[in-house]
Amino acid sequence: MGKFKNNINCIAIAAFTVIFAVLSLLGVVKASTANLLEDIAIKIILAVSLSLVVGFLGELSLGHAGFMCVGAYLGGKMSVILVEPLGNGFLTLIVSLLVGALCAAACGFLIGLPALRLRGDYLAITTLAFGEIVKTIFMNTSKESFGGPEGLTDTPRFDKNYFYIVCFVMVLVTLFVIQNLIRSKHGRALKAIRDNEIAARATGINITNYKLLGFVISAAFAGIAGVLFSFTKTNFSSQMFDYNYSIEILVIVVLGGMGSINGSIIAAVLVTFLNRYLANILTGNLAVLKDLIYALVLIAIVIYNNAPAFADFREKHNARKLIEKVKGGS
Amino acid sequence: MAEKIFDADGNEIILKTDHLCIQFGGLKAVNDVNLEIKKGELYGLIGPNGAGKTTVFNILTGVYKPTSGRVYLSGEDITGKSPMDVNKKGIARTFQNIRLFSNLTVLENVMVGLSNQIPCSVFESVFRLPRHKKSEKEYTERAHELLKVFGLDEFADYLASNLPYGKQRKLEIARAMATNPTLLLLDEPAAGMNPNETQELMDDITFIRKNFGITILLIEHDMKLVSGICEKLTVLNFGTELAKGNTSDVLADAEVVRAYLGE
Ligand SMILES: Nc1ncnc2c1ncn2[C@@H]1O[C@H](COP(=O)(O)OP(=O)(O)OP(=O)(O)O)[C@@H](O)[C@H]1O
Ligand SMILES: [Mg+2]
Repeated sequence: MGKFKNNINCIAIAAFTVIFAVLSLLGVVKASTANLLEDIAIKIILAVSLSLVVGFLGELSLGHAGFMCVGAYLGGKMSVILVEPLGNGFLTLIVSLLVGALCAAACGFLIGLPALRLRGDYLAITTLAFGEIVKTIFMNTSKESFGGPEGLTDTPRFDKNYFYIVCFVMVLVTLFVIQNLIRSKHGRALKAIRDNEIAARATGINITNYKLLGFVISAAFAGIAGVLFSFTKTNFSSQMFDYNYSIEILVIVVLGGMGSINGSIIAAVLVTFLNRYLANILTGNLAVLKDLIYALVLIAIVIYNNAPAFADFREKHNARKLIEKVKGGS
Repeated sequence: MAEKIFDADGNEIILKTDHLCIQFGGLKAVNDVNLEIKKGELYGLIGPNGAGKTTVFNILTGVYKPTSGRVYLSGEDITGKSPMDVNKKGIARTFQNIRLFSNLTVLENVMVGLSNQIPCSVFESVFRLPRHKKSEKEYTERAHELLKVFGLDEFADYLASNLPYGKQRKLEIARAMATNPTLLLLDEPAAGMNPNETQELMDDITFIRKNFGITILLIEHDMKLVSGICEKLTVLNFGTELAKGNTSDVLADAEVVRAYLGE
Protein backbone atom coordinates (compact mmCIF):
# COMPACT_ATOMS: atom_id res chain seq x y z
CA MET A 1 0.00 0.00 0.00
CA GLY A 2 2.76 2.39 0.99
CA LYS A 3 4.62 1.51 -2.13
CA PHE A 4 1.61 2.22 -4.29
CA LYS A 5 1.00 5.54 -2.60
CA ASN A 6 4.63 6.57 -2.97
CA ASN A 7 4.68 5.92 -6.68
CA ILE A 8 1.21 7.06 -7.55
CA ASN A 9 2.51 9.92 -9.69
CA CYS A 10 4.68 7.56 -11.74
CA ILE A 11 1.79 5.14 -12.17
CA ALA A 12 -0.56 7.94 -13.22
CA ILE A 13 1.91 9.32 -15.75
CA ALA A 14 2.65 5.85 -17.14
CA ALA A 15 -1.06 5.13 -17.51
CA PHE A 16 -1.63 8.50 -19.15
CA THR A 17 1.20 7.83 -21.61
CA VAL A 18 -0.07 4.39 -22.51
CA ILE A 19 -3.57 5.73 -23.16
CA PHE A 20 -2.23 8.43 -25.43
CA ALA A 21 0.08 5.98 -27.18
CA VAL A 22 -2.95 3.84 -28.03
CA LEU A 23 -4.86 6.89 -29.22
CA SER A 24 -1.87 7.87 -31.37
CA LEU A 25 -1.81 4.42 -32.93
CA LEU A 26 -5.48 4.84 -33.72
CA GLY A 27 -4.55 8.13 -35.34
CA VAL A 28 -6.78 10.38 -33.27
CA VAL A 29 -4.03 12.47 -31.62
CA LYS A 30 -3.51 15.68 -33.54
CA ALA A 31 0.01 16.89 -34.33
CA SER A 32 -0.58 20.00 -32.23
CA THR A 33 -1.63 17.85 -29.26
CA ALA A 34 1.46 15.67 -29.63
CA ASN A 35 3.53 18.84 -29.65
CA LEU A 36 1.80 20.14 -26.54
CA LEU A 37 2.50 16.84 -24.79
CA GLU A 38 6.19 17.16 -25.66
CA ASP A 39 6.23 20.62 -24.11
CA ILE A 40 4.48 19.38 -20.98
CA ALA A 41 6.90 16.49 -20.50
CA ILE A 42 9.94 18.74 -20.94
CA LYS A 43 8.54 21.26 -18.48
CA ILE A 44 7.90 18.55 -15.93
CA ILE A 45 11.50 17.35 -16.18
CA LEU A 46 12.76 20.92 -15.81
CA ALA A 47 10.53 21.66 -12.85
CA VAL A 48 11.22 18.45 -10.97
CA SER A 49 14.97 18.80 -11.46
CA LEU A 50 14.98 22.44 -10.36
CA SER A 51 12.86 21.50 -7.38
CA LEU A 52 15.69 19.26 -6.18
CA VAL A 53 17.96 22.30 -5.78
CA VAL A 54 15.41 24.93 -4.77
CA GLY A 55 12.87 22.92 -2.82
CA PHE A 56 15.03 20.22 -1.25
CA LEU A 57 18.55 21.61 -1.05
CA GLY A 58 17.21 25.08 -0.40
CA GLU A 59 19.46 27.01 -2.78
CA LEU A 60 18.00 29.60 -5.09
CA SER A 61 19.04 28.89 -8.67
CA LEU A 62 18.16 31.30 -11.45
CA GLY A 63 20.16 29.56 -14.17
CA HIS A 64 18.26 26.37 -14.84
CA ALA A 65 17.73 27.32 -18.48
CA GLY A 66 21.53 27.49 -18.77
CA PHE A 67 21.86 23.78 -17.98
CA MET A 68 19.05 23.03 -20.40
CA CYS A 69 20.86 25.10 -23.03
CA VAL A 70 24.06 23.11 -22.56
CA GLY A 71 22.11 19.88 -22.97
CA ALA A 72 20.21 21.14 -25.99
CA TYR A 73 23.32 22.31 -27.82
CA LEU A 74 25.77 19.55 -26.95
CA GLY A 75 23.24 16.72 -27.06
CA GLY A 76 21.70 18.26 -30.18
CA LYS A 77 25.07 18.59 -31.87
CA MET A 78 25.84 15.00 -30.96
CA SER A 79 22.66 13.86 -32.67
CA VAL A 80 23.54 15.85 -35.81
CA ILE A 81 26.92 14.09 -35.89
CA LEU A 82 25.51 10.66 -35.11
CA VAL A 83 22.54 10.67 -37.42
CA GLU A 84 24.77 9.87 -40.41
CA PRO A 85 26.53 6.79 -39.03
CA LEU A 86 23.85 5.54 -36.62
CA GLY A 87 20.66 6.65 -38.31
CA ASN A 88 17.72 8.48 -36.81
CA GLY A 89 16.96 5.93 -34.13
CA PHE A 90 17.11 5.12 -30.45
CA LEU A 91 20.87 4.67 -30.45
CA THR A 92 21.40 8.25 -31.61
CA LEU A 93 18.87 9.45 -29.08
CA ILE A 94 20.37 7.58 -26.15
CA VAL A 95 23.94 8.63 -26.87
CA SER A 96 22.80 12.24 -27.32
CA LEU A 97 20.87 12.12 -24.05
CA LEU A 98 23.93 10.80 -22.24
CA VAL A 99 26.22 13.43 -23.74
CA GLY A 100 23.77 16.24 -22.94
CA ALA A 101 23.25 14.99 -19.40
CA LEU A 102 26.96 14.61 -18.72
CA CYS A 103 27.90 18.03 -20.10
CA ALA A 104 25.13 19.71 -18.13
CA ALA A 105 26.14 17.75 -15.02
CA ALA A 106 29.70 19.02 -15.42
CA CYS A 107 28.36 22.58 -15.51
CA GLY A 108 26.24 21.77 -12.46
CA PHE A 109 29.41 20.75 -10.68
CA LEU A 110 31.07 24.04 -11.61
CA ILE A 111 28.10 26.04 -10.33
CA GLY A 112 27.93 23.86 -7.23
CA LEU A 113 31.45 24.93 -6.25
CA PRO A 114 30.62 28.59 -5.58
CA ALA A 115 27.41 27.38 -3.93
CA LEU A 116 29.61 26.00 -1.18
CA ARG A 117 30.74 29.50 -0.25
CA LEU A 118 28.03 31.84 -1.47
CA ARG A 119 24.78 32.31 0.31
CA GLY A 120 21.28 33.20 -0.85
CA ASP A 121 21.21 36.23 -3.09
CA TYR A 122 24.86 35.96 -4.09
CA LEU A 123 24.43 32.42 -5.33
CA ALA A 124 21.24 33.43 -7.14
CA ILE A 125 23.19 36.13 -8.99
CA THR A 126 25.95 33.68 -9.85
CA THR A 127 23.52 31.19 -11.33
CA LEU A 128 21.76 33.98 -13.20
CA ALA A 129 25.09 35.05 -14.69
CA PHE A 130 25.89 31.45 -15.58
CA GLY A 131 22.69 31.11 -17.60
CA GLU A 132 23.31 34.35 -19.47
CA ILE A 133 26.95 33.45 -20.16
CA VAL A 134 26.01 30.05 -21.59
CA LYS A 135 23.40 31.67 -23.79
CA THR A 136 25.86 34.27 -25.04
CA ILE A 137 28.61 31.74 -25.70
CA PHE A 138 26.37 29.68 -27.98
CA MET A 139 25.13 32.87 -29.61
CA ASN A 140 28.69 33.68 -30.62
CA THR A 141 29.74 30.32 -31.97
CA SER A 142 30.61 29.88 -35.65
CA LYS A 143 28.01 28.79 -38.15
CA GLU A 144 29.72 25.41 -38.64
CA SER A 145 30.01 24.54 -34.96
CA PHE A 146 26.78 25.52 -33.20
CA GLY A 147 25.20 27.83 -35.70
CA GLY A 148 25.81 31.12 -33.89
CA PRO A 149 22.88 33.51 -33.85
CA GLU A 150 20.91 31.35 -36.27
CA GLY A 151 21.05 28.49 -33.78
CA LEU A 152 21.55 24.79 -34.15
CA THR A 153 19.89 23.42 -37.26
CA ASP A 154 19.11 20.02 -38.72
CA THR A 155 18.79 18.18 -35.41
CA PRO A 156 17.10 14.91 -36.28
CA ARG A 157 13.42 14.55 -35.46
CA PHE A 158 11.75 11.38 -34.48
CA ASP A 159 8.29 10.84 -35.76
CA LYS A 160 6.54 14.05 -34.65
CA ASN A 161 3.47 12.11 -33.65
CA TYR A 162 5.21 9.74 -31.26
CA PHE A 163 8.17 11.58 -29.77
CA TYR A 164 6.14 12.71 -26.78
CA ILE A 165 6.16 9.09 -25.64
CA VAL A 166 9.94 9.22 -25.42
CA CYS A 167 9.63 12.49 -23.49
CA PHE A 168 7.24 10.94 -21.00
CA VAL A 169 9.48 7.92 -20.54
CA MET A 170 12.20 10.38 -19.58
CA VAL A 171 9.78 12.03 -17.16
CA LEU A 172 9.41 8.64 -15.50
CA VAL A 173 13.19 8.20 -15.38
CA THR A 174 13.53 11.65 -13.81
CA LEU A 175 10.89 10.92 -11.21
CA PHE A 176 12.38 7.53 -10.45
CA VAL A 177 15.85 8.92 -9.79
CA ILE A 178 14.91 12.12 -7.99
CA GLN A 179 12.12 10.64 -5.89
CA ASN A 180 14.16 7.65 -4.80
CA LEU A 181 17.03 9.96 -3.98
CA ILE A 182 14.82 12.18 -1.86
CA ARG A 183 13.32 9.24 -0.02
CA SER A 184 16.65 8.00 1.26
CA LYS A 185 19.28 9.03 3.73
CA HIS A 186 20.71 11.26 1.01
CA GLY A 187 17.43 13.10 0.59
CA ARG A 188 17.17 13.56 4.32
CA ALA A 189 20.67 15.02 4.31
CA LEU A 190 19.70 17.48 1.55
CA LYS A 191 16.63 18.59 3.46
CA ALA A 192 18.62 18.84 6.68
CA ILE A 193 21.04 21.22 4.95
CA ARG A 194 18.09 23.25 3.70
CA ASP A 195 16.53 23.48 7.14
CA ASN A 196 19.63 24.22 9.17
CA GLU A 197 23.08 24.09 7.66
CA ILE A 198 24.92 24.66 10.95
CA ALA A 199 23.05 21.83 12.65
CA ALA A 200 23.62 19.58 9.63
CA ARG A 201 27.36 20.18 9.87
CA ALA A 202 27.34 19.46 13.59
CA THR A 203 25.42 16.24 12.89
CA GLY A 204 28.25 15.03 10.66
CA ILE A 205 26.61 15.68 7.28
CA ASN A 206 29.05 16.28 4.45
CA ILE A 207 27.74 19.61 3.19
CA THR A 208 30.24 19.84 0.34
CA ASN A 209 29.34 16.49 -1.17
CA TYR A 210 25.61 16.92 -0.82
CA LYS A 211 25.48 20.40 -2.29
CA LEU A 212 27.49 19.24 -5.27
CA LEU A 213 25.32 16.13 -5.59
CA GLY A 214 22.18 18.28 -5.64
CA PHE A 215 23.49 20.63 -8.28
CA VAL A 216 24.96 17.86 -10.45
CA ILE A 217 21.82 15.71 -10.54
CA SER A 218 19.57 18.72 -11.03
CA ALA A 219 21.72 19.96 -13.93
CA ALA A 220 21.94 16.51 -15.51
CA PHE A 221 18.17 16.29 -15.81
CA ALA A 222 17.92 19.85 -17.09
CA GLY A 223 20.44 18.73 -19.70
CA ILE A 224 18.22 15.78 -20.60
CA ALA A 225 15.28 18.16 -20.98
CA GLY A 226 17.47 20.21 -23.30
CA VAL A 227 18.36 17.23 -25.48
CA LEU A 228 14.70 16.25 -25.72
CA PHE A 229 13.93 19.82 -26.63
CA SER A 230 16.51 19.75 -29.42
CA PHE A 231 14.80 16.63 -30.77
CA THR A 232 11.45 18.39 -30.89
CA LYS A 233 12.81 21.22 -33.00
CA THR A 234 14.60 21.13 -36.33
CA ASN A 235 16.05 24.50 -35.49
CA PHE A 236 16.43 26.52 -32.30
CA SER A 237 18.58 29.35 -31.08
CA SER A 238 20.11 30.01 -27.68
CA GLN A 239 18.07 33.20 -27.38
CA MET A 240 15.20 31.34 -25.77
CA PHE A 241 17.30 29.99 -22.86
CA ASP A 242 17.38 33.36 -21.15
CA TYR A 243 16.68 34.30 -17.56
CA ASN A 244 12.98 34.68 -18.31
CA TYR A 245 12.91 31.00 -19.08
CA SER A 246 14.75 30.17 -15.86
CA ILE A 247 12.30 32.30 -13.94
CA GLU A 248 9.38 30.58 -15.61
CA ILE A 249 10.70 27.24 -14.33
CA LEU A 250 11.21 28.76 -10.90
CA VAL A 251 7.63 30.03 -10.92
CA ILE A 252 6.47 26.48 -11.59
CA VAL A 253 8.45 25.15 -8.62
CA VAL A 254 7.22 27.90 -6.30
CA LEU A 255 3.67 27.59 -7.56
CA GLY A 256 3.73 23.84 -6.97
CA GLY A 257 4.92 24.38 -3.43
CA MET A 258 8.56 24.15 -2.35
CA GLY A 259 9.61 20.59 -1.71
CA SER A 260 6.57 19.05 -3.39
CA ILE A 261 7.31 16.95 -6.44
CA ASN A 262 3.66 16.38 -7.27
CA GLY A 263 3.02 20.09 -6.93
CA SER A 264 5.80 20.79 -9.43
CA ILE A 265 4.31 18.30 -11.88
CA ILE A 266 0.84 19.80 -11.69
CA ALA A 267 2.16 23.35 -11.91
CA ALA A 268 4.28 22.40 -14.93
CA VAL A 269 1.19 21.15 -16.73
CA LEU A 270 -0.81 24.24 -15.82
CA VAL A 271 1.90 26.67 -16.84
CA THR A 272 2.45 24.92 -20.18
CA PHE A 273 -1.25 25.27 -20.92
CA LEU A 274 -1.21 28.86 -19.76
CA ASN A 275 1.78 29.50 -22.03
CA ARG A 276 -0.12 28.20 -25.03
CA TYR A 277 -3.12 30.26 -24.17
CA LEU A 278 -1.16 33.43 -23.55
CA ALA A 279 0.85 32.92 -26.75
CA ASN A 280 -2.44 32.89 -28.65
CA ILE A 281 -3.89 36.03 -27.11
CA LEU A 282 -0.74 38.05 -26.46
CA THR A 283 0.58 38.51 -29.96
CA GLY A 284 2.99 41.11 -31.31
CA ASN A 285 4.11 43.74 -28.81
CA LEU A 286 1.90 42.29 -26.11
CA ALA A 287 4.08 39.16 -25.96
CA VAL A 288 6.28 40.81 -23.32
CA LEU A 289 3.30 40.78 -20.96
CA LYS A 290 3.71 37.05 -20.56
CA ASP A 291 6.93 37.44 -18.58
CA LEU A 292 5.32 40.18 -16.59
CA ILE A 293 2.50 37.87 -15.62
CA TYR A 294 4.94 35.24 -14.33
CA ALA A 295 6.83 37.82 -12.33
CA LEU A 296 3.56 38.98 -10.78
CA VAL A 297 2.51 35.43 -10.01
CA LEU A 298 5.85 34.82 -8.31
CA ILE A 299 5.54 37.96 -6.20
CA ALA A 300 1.96 37.11 -5.28
CA ILE A 301 2.87 33.61 -4.13
CA VAL A 302 5.83 34.78 -2.09
CA ILE A 303 3.71 37.43 -0.38
CA TYR A 304 0.90 34.98 0.22
CA ASN A 305 3.26 32.39 1.70
CA ASN A 306 5.26 34.71 3.89
CA ALA A 307 3.36 37.85 4.78
CA PRO A 308 2.23 37.84 8.41
CA ALA A 309 -0.96 39.61 7.31
CA PHE A 310 -2.02 36.41 5.55
CA ALA A 311 -1.19 34.07 8.41
CA ASP A 312 -4.80 33.64 9.51
CA PHE A 313 -6.04 33.26 5.97
CA ARG A 314 -3.40 30.63 5.22
CA GLU A 315 -4.28 28.75 8.35
CA LYS A 316 -7.97 28.66 7.34
CA HIS A 317 -7.49 27.91 3.66
CA ASN A 318 -4.67 25.45 3.85
CA ALA A 319 -5.11 22.65 1.30
CA ARG A 320 -3.55 20.09 3.59
CA LYS A 321 -5.85 21.05 6.45
CA LEU A 322 -8.80 20.86 4.12
CA ILE A 323 -7.87 17.36 3.04
CA GLU A 324 -7.50 16.30 6.66
CA LYS A 325 -10.89 17.75 7.44
CA VAL A 326 -12.51 15.89 4.56
CA LYS A 327 -10.80 12.68 5.62
CA GLY A 328 -11.77 13.19 9.24
CA GLY A 329 -15.38 13.91 8.28
CA SER A 330 -15.88 10.80 6.16
CA MET B 1 45.82 5.99 16.88
CA ALA B 2 46.77 8.74 19.30
CA GLU B 3 48.06 7.90 22.76
CA LYS B 4 45.29 8.11 25.36
CA ILE B 5 45.73 10.48 28.28
CA PHE B 6 45.31 9.45 31.92
CA ASP B 7 45.17 11.44 35.12
CA ALA B 8 47.21 10.75 38.26
CA ASP B 9 44.70 8.17 39.47
CA GLY B 10 44.77 6.28 36.20
CA ASN B 11 41.39 7.48 34.91
CA GLU B 12 41.14 8.09 31.21
CA ILE B 13 40.79 11.75 30.18
CA ILE B 14 38.40 11.98 27.27
CA LEU B 15 38.54 15.72 26.66
CA LYS B 16 41.45 17.97 27.41
CA THR B 17 41.91 21.55 26.37
CA ASP B 18 45.32 23.07 26.62
CA HIS B 19 45.48 26.85 27.21
CA LEU B 20 42.52 27.50 24.93
CA CYS B 21 42.21 31.15 23.80
CA ILE B 22 40.12 32.94 21.23
CA GLN B 23 40.04 36.61 20.42
CA PHE B 24 37.33 38.46 18.48
CA GLY B 25 38.88 41.80 17.58
CA GLY B 26 39.90 43.25 20.92
CA LEU B 27 37.72 40.89 22.95
CA LYS B 28 39.30 37.86 24.55
CA ALA B 29 36.13 35.77 24.63
CA VAL B 30 37.97 32.69 25.87
CA ASN B 31 41.21 33.16 27.74
CA ASP B 32 43.39 30.27 28.86
CA VAL B 33 40.77 27.62 29.50
CA ASN B 34 42.08 24.24 30.59
CA LEU B 35 39.42 21.57 30.80
CA GLU B 36 40.12 18.01 31.81
CA ILE B 37 37.13 15.72 31.66
CA LYS B 38 37.27 12.11 32.70
CA LYS B 39 35.59 9.35 30.79
CA GLY B 40 31.99 8.92 31.93
CA GLU B 41 31.98 12.17 33.88
CA LEU B 42 29.14 14.67 33.95
CA TYR B 43 30.86 18.01 33.84
CA GLY B 44 29.29 21.46 34.09
CA LEU B 45 30.43 24.70 32.54
CA ILE B 46 28.82 27.69 34.21
CA GLY B 47 29.27 31.43 34.32
CA PRO B 48 27.42 34.69 33.83
CA ASN B 49 26.02 35.82 30.46
CA GLY B 50 28.72 36.52 27.92
CA ALA B 51 31.33 34.58 29.90
CA GLY B 52 32.37 32.61 26.81
CA LYS B 53 30.70 29.28 27.50
CA THR B 54 29.06 28.84 24.11
CA THR B 55 32.26 30.04 22.50
CA VAL B 56 34.11 27.18 24.21
CA PHE B 57 31.58 24.76 22.66
CA ASN B 58 32.06 26.37 19.30
CA ILE B 59 35.82 25.88 19.54
CA LEU B 60 35.47 22.28 20.70
CA THR B 61 33.18 21.46 17.77
CA GLY B 62 35.28 23.19 15.12
CA VAL B 63 32.93 26.11 14.45
CA TYR B 64 35.75 28.48 15.51
CA LYS B 65 39.48 27.91 15.36
CA PRO B 66 41.15 28.92 18.61
CA THR B 67 43.62 31.80 18.44
CA SER B 68 45.92 29.59 20.48
CA GLY B 69 45.74 26.40 22.48
CA ARG B 70 44.76 22.85 21.58
CA VAL B 71 41.86 20.45 21.97
CA TYR B 72 42.44 16.74 22.56
CA LEU B 73 39.74 14.10 22.29
CA SER B 74 40.85 10.74 23.72
CA GLY B 75 44.40 11.98 23.31
CA GLU B 76 44.00 12.90 19.65
CA ASP B 77 44.62 16.51 18.68
CA ILE B 78 41.40 17.64 16.98
CA THR B 79 42.13 21.39 17.01
CA GLY B 80 40.89 23.11 13.86
CA LYS B 81 39.01 20.14 12.44
CA SER B 82 35.73 20.92 10.67
CA PRO B 83 32.44 20.51 12.58
CA MET B 84 31.66 17.48 10.42
CA ASP B 85 34.97 15.80 11.24
CA VAL B 86 34.68 16.64 14.93
CA ASN B 87 31.28 14.95 14.93
CA LYS B 88 32.72 11.91 13.19
CA LYS B 89 35.48 11.80 15.82
CA GLY B 90 32.79 11.48 18.49
CA ILE B 91 31.62 14.89 19.75
CA ALA B 92 27.94 15.70 19.35
CA ARG B 93 26.24 18.85 20.55
CA THR B 94 23.01 20.72 21.02
CA PHE B 95 22.52 24.44 20.55
CA GLN B 96 21.54 27.20 22.95
CA ASN B 97 19.06 28.54 20.38
CA ILE B 98 17.43 25.32 19.20
CA ARG B 99 18.52 24.22 15.74
CA LEU B 100 16.30 21.42 14.55
CA PHE B 101 15.54 20.43 10.98
CA SER B 102 12.18 22.08 11.37
CA ASN B 103 10.45 20.81 8.21
CA LEU B 104 11.54 17.24 8.82
CA THR B 105 9.60 14.90 11.05
CA VAL B 106 10.80 14.04 14.53
CA LEU B 107 11.80 10.61 13.23
CA GLU B 108 13.67 12.07 10.26
CA ASN B 109 15.62 14.41 12.54
CA VAL B 110 16.99 11.41 14.36
CA MET B 111 17.54 9.55 11.07
CA VAL B 112 19.76 12.41 9.90
CA GLY B 113 21.79 11.86 13.04
CA LEU B 114 22.15 8.19 12.08
CA SER B 115 23.17 9.13 8.52
CA ASN B 116 26.84 8.33 8.84
CA GLN B 117 26.09 4.85 10.15
CA ILE B 118 23.70 3.98 7.30
CA PRO B 119 25.95 2.30 4.78
CA CYS B 120 24.29 2.79 1.40
CA SER B 121 25.60 4.87 -1.49
CA VAL B 122 23.57 7.19 -3.73
CA PHE B 123 23.49 4.46 -6.36
CA GLU B 124 22.12 1.87 -3.95
CA SER B 125 19.45 4.29 -2.76
CA VAL B 126 18.33 5.41 -6.22
CA PHE B 127 18.00 1.86 -7.49
CA ARG B 128 16.48 0.61 -4.25
CA LEU B 129 19.04 -2.18 -3.92
CA PRO B 130 18.61 -4.68 -1.06
CA ARG B 131 21.09 -2.91 1.21
CA HIS B 132 19.08 0.30 0.98
CA LYS B 133 15.88 -1.41 2.02
CA LYS B 134 17.54 -3.40 4.76
CA SER B 135 19.36 -0.45 6.29
CA GLU B 136 16.36 1.89 6.06
CA LYS B 137 14.32 -0.63 8.00
CA GLU B 138 17.05 -1.34 10.51
CA TYR B 139 17.86 2.30 11.21
CA THR B 140 14.24 3.39 11.34
CA GLU B 141 13.87 0.92 14.19
CA ARG B 142 17.01 2.26 15.82
CA ALA B 143 15.62 5.80 15.56
CA HIS B 144 12.35 4.75 17.17
CA GLU B 145 14.29 3.19 20.03
CA LEU B 146 16.18 6.42 20.60
CA LEU B 147 12.96 8.40 20.51
CA LYS B 148 11.50 6.10 23.13
CA VAL B 149 14.37 6.91 25.47
CA PHE B 150 13.33 10.55 25.36
CA GLY B 151 9.58 9.84 25.42
CA LEU B 152 9.21 11.21 21.91
CA ASP B 153 8.21 8.10 20.04
CA GLU B 154 4.52 8.95 19.97
CA PHE B 155 5.45 12.19 18.17
CA ALA B 156 7.60 10.44 15.56
CA ASP B 157 5.52 11.69 12.63
CA TYR B 158 5.15 15.27 13.85
CA LEU B 159 7.10 17.98 12.12
CA ALA B 160 9.90 19.00 14.46
CA SER B 161 8.66 22.59 14.42
CA ASN B 162 5.27 21.46 15.74
CA LEU B 163 6.70 20.02 18.94
CA PRO B 164 6.36 22.02 22.13
CA TYR B 165 9.52 23.80 23.20
CA GLY B 166 10.64 21.40 25.90
CA LYS B 167 10.29 18.43 23.55
CA GLN B 168 12.26 20.23 20.87
CA ARG B 169 15.17 20.49 23.31
CA LYS B 170 14.89 16.76 23.97
CA LEU B 171 14.75 15.99 20.26
CA GLU B 172 18.00 17.90 19.78
CA ILE B 173 19.60 15.65 22.37
CA ALA B 174 18.15 12.55 20.69
CA ARG B 175 19.52 13.68 17.34
CA ALA B 176 22.94 14.30 18.87
CA MET B 177 22.87 10.86 20.51
CA ALA B 178 22.03 9.30 17.16
CA THR B 179 25.48 10.22 15.86
CA ASN B 180 26.89 7.80 18.41
CA PRO B 181 29.15 10.22 20.27
CA THR B 182 31.62 9.56 23.04
CA LEU B 183 31.25 13.12 24.30
CA LEU B 184 27.96 15.01 24.38
CA LEU B 185 27.90 18.79 24.68
CA LEU B 186 24.64 20.31 25.90
CA ASP B 187 24.24 24.08 25.67
CA GLU B 188 21.66 25.15 28.26
CA PRO B 189 19.43 22.08 27.84
CA ALA B 190 16.93 23.28 30.45
CA ALA B 191 16.54 26.81 29.14
CA GLY B 192 12.87 27.70 28.87
CA MET B 193 11.70 24.53 30.59
CA ASN B 194 9.31 24.47 33.54
CA PRO B 195 10.38 22.66 36.75
CA ASN B 196 8.61 19.47 35.70
CA GLU B 197 10.29 19.38 32.33
CA THR B 198 13.63 20.15 33.94
CA GLN B 199 13.19 17.20 36.27
CA GLU B 200 12.35 14.93 33.33
CA LEU B 201 15.39 16.22 31.50
CA MET B 202 17.63 15.47 34.48
CA ASP B 203 16.29 11.93 34.55
CA ASP B 204 16.91 11.55 30.81
CA ILE B 205 20.46 12.82 31.12
CA THR B 206 21.16 10.45 33.99
CA PHE B 207 19.62 7.62 32.01
CA ILE B 208 21.61 8.10 28.80
CA ARG B 209 24.77 8.55 30.77
CA LYS B 210 24.27 5.25 32.51
CA ASN B 211 23.01 3.31 29.50
CA PHE B 212 25.15 4.69 26.71
CA GLY B 213 28.37 5.03 28.71
CA ILE B 214 28.73 8.56 27.52
CA THR B 215 30.63 11.58 28.84
CA ILE B 216 28.65 14.81 29.12
CA LEU B 217 29.74 18.42 29.27
CA LEU B 218 26.88 20.83 29.84
CA ILE B 219 26.34 24.55 30.08
CA GLU B 220 23.52 25.56 32.39
CA HIS B 221 22.16 28.47 34.34
CA ASP B 222 19.66 26.41 36.32
CA MET B 223 21.52 25.87 39.60
CA LYS B 224 19.16 23.14 40.70
CA LEU B 225 20.10 21.09 37.66
CA VAL B 226 23.79 21.88 37.99
CA SER B 227 24.04 20.98 41.66
CA GLY B 228 21.71 18.03 41.11
CA ILE B 229 23.63 16.15 38.43
CA CYS B 230 27.05 17.67 37.69
CA GLU B 231 30.01 16.07 39.40
CA LYS B 232 32.50 18.72 38.51
CA LEU B 233 32.34 22.31 37.41
CA THR B 234 34.37 24.95 35.71
CA VAL B 235 33.21 28.53 36.24
CA LEU B 236 34.01 31.01 33.50
CA ASN B 237 33.98 34.75 33.96
CA PHE B 238 35.02 37.14 31.18
CA GLY B 239 36.54 34.21 29.31
CA THR B 240 38.82 33.08 32.14
CA GLU B 241 38.50 30.23 34.60
CA LEU B 242 37.29 31.58 37.90
CA ALA B 243 37.12 28.27 39.69
CA LYS B 244 36.97 24.56 39.00
CA GLY B 245 36.62 21.34 40.90
CA ASN B 246 33.94 19.31 42.63
CA THR B 247 30.49 20.85 42.32
CA SER B 248 29.88 21.36 46.03
CA ASP B 249 33.30 22.94 46.58
CA VAL B 250 32.96 25.28 43.63
CA LEU B 251 29.48 26.42 44.55
CA ALA B 252 30.70 27.20 48.08
CA ASP B 253 33.56 29.33 46.75
CA ALA B 254 33.08 32.93 47.86
CA GLU B 255 34.44 34.38 44.63
CA VAL B 256 32.08 32.32 42.52
CA VAL B 257 29.17 33.40 44.61
CA ARG B 258 30.13 37.03 44.13
CA ALA B 259 30.75 36.88 40.37
CA TYR B 260 27.98 34.58 39.39
CA LEU B 261 25.28 34.09 41.89
CA GLY B 262 25.42 37.79 42.68
CA GLU B 263 24.72 37.42 46.38
N1 LIG C 1 31.62 35.36 16.37
C1 LIG C 1 31.81 36.29 17.32
N2 LIG C 1 32.32 37.49 17.00
C2 LIG C 1 32.51 38.44 17.95
N3 LIG C 1 32.21 38.27 19.24
C3 LIG C 1 31.70 37.10 19.63
C4 LIG C 1 31.45 36.05 18.69
N4 LIG C 1 30.92 35.00 19.35
C5 LIG C 1 30.83 35.38 20.64
N5 LIG C 1 31.29 36.63 20.80
C6 LIG C 1 31.38 37.34 22.09
O1 LIG C 1 32.06 36.53 22.99
C7 LIG C 1 31.51 36.68 24.29
C8 LIG C 1 31.13 35.34 24.84
O2 LIG C 1 29.97 34.90 24.19
P1 LIG C 1 29.30 33.49 24.48
O3 LIG C 1 28.17 33.35 23.54
O4 LIG C 1 30.33 32.44 24.45
O5 LIG C 1 28.76 33.70 25.96
P2 LIG C 1 27.99 32.67 26.87
O6 LIG C 1 28.85 32.41 28.04
O7 LIG C 1 27.54 31.50 26.10
O8 LIG C 1 26.76 33.56 27.34
P3 LIG C 1 25.21 33.16 27.55
O9 LIG C 1 25.07 32.62 28.91
O10 LIG C 1 24.50 34.45 27.39
O11 LIG C 1 24.86 32.18 26.50
C9 LIG C 1 30.35 37.64 24.18
O12 LIG C 1 30.79 38.92 24.56
C10 LIG C 1 30.03 37.60 22.71
O13 LIG C 1 29.50 38.84 22.29
MG1 LIG D 1 25.77 30.73 25.50
